[in-house]
Amino acid sequence: MFKSIELSVGIFVGAGLAALFMLAMQASNLSSISSDGFYEISARFDNIGGLRVKSAVKVSGVKVGQVKAIDYDSESFEAVVTMQVEDKYNQFPKDTIASVFTSGLLGEQYIGLEPGGDEKLLGNQSEIRHTQSAMVLEQIIGQFLFSKASENDNQGF
Amino acid sequence: MIHPVNSLTRLGRGTLFLLKVLAGIPQLFVRFGLVTKQMYSVGVQTLLIILVAGLFVGMVLALQLHYTLSTFGAEDTLGLLVDLALVRELGPVVAALLFAGRAGSALTAEIGLMKATEQLSGLEMMAVDPVERIIAPRFLAGFLSLPLLAAIFSAVGILGGYMVGVDFLGVDSGAFWSQIQAKVDFYDDVMNGVIKSIVFGFIVSWIAVFEGYDCLPTSEGVASATTRTVVNSSLAVLGMDFVLTAIMFN
Repeated sequence: MFKSIELSVGIFVGAGLAALFMLAMQASNLSSISSDGFYEISARFDNIGGLRVKSAVKVSGVKVGQVKAIDYDSESFEAVVTMQVEDKYNQFPKDTIASVFTSGLLGEQYIGLEPGGDEKLLGNQSEIRHTQSAMVLEQIIGQFLFSKASENDNQGF
Repeated sequence: MIHPVNSLTRLGRGTLFLLKVLAGIPQLFVRFGLVTKQMYSVGVQTLLIILVAGLFVGMVLALQLHYTLSTFGAEDTLGLLVDLALVRELGPVVAALLFAGRAGSALTAEIGLMKATEQLSGLEMMAVDPVERIIAPRFLAGFLSLPLLAAIFSAVGILGGYMVGVDFLGVDSGAFWSQIQAKVDFYDDVMNGVIKSIVFGFIVSWIAVFEGYDCLPTSEGVASATTRTVVNSSLAVLGMDFVLTAIMFN
């Protein structure tokens, strides 16, 4: 009798651990976290929009890393974004452009890298010089209204 | 009629009792058979209701979410939503509520009846500490079982959601899993759910064994203690869930 109790408890604990293993490997990102190392590059933006820590870093739409930290430099009045890029993607030229893009019209924001033509490469702890800020919808609408209004003024004279 | 002084006295008694139970746990590792026996009645016998409930919760989640998501053309995120809902909230909470109803009430009734029939005093007469011998194995078994049950609940729920979403409603199987693996974070989502279920296991087991040990040794006393176990531990689980969620996902 006691043996069968032990067996059923063993099955129960085994099933519980198997469920946990399934949640870890199949139902979360644990299996897709690369075991390779990372190197860090940073970039400065006037405006990062809705970018957050862990947002994706993509090249040609392929995810190569993620945002590690976002800081604000109070001397240059810019946002400093530190990115982790996987070691196997270490062939970015020095004049790579980093931009904040939005996936879809209302989707989440990510950093898109566009490689340039420089022969020197970005190394660990280096900084991307050419950046393009996030598009903020209110600003674009504001500019549009402003230009419309000035058109109307010109017609008046 | 709830009297504040009485409630505080009970809380104090419960805390002292908990300390005694915790002090009795180390000696259980020598005689782990006691815990195994309790894990059978607390864990294994709760397994069926957890499996069935998890399956149906996952299935109904998929149905409801698909109905809403399809109006936005966002059926592909179905798996993600089902997974997050189960792993973060429904798995730990619903498993804890079912556990309180199925296993907590049984623990209270068993211990209360032992008290009413003077089996606990009998043990004391034989110089066996009933807290070490009777209460501690039951507490430890409940504490160990609930996280496993909650993990099984979530896993079965996801499979139920997959069954309804992919097999019945025609969501793409690859999109179902790839959305999950891209967006569900192991540490932030899965592990926080596991931590929740560990806390709930502690609370529910504590309330169940304390209410049983503290009940009036009459048939009426056992009945009201069993009711209190289910009511109090359900409320404690829901309240703690809010606090933990506020801390974890802030």
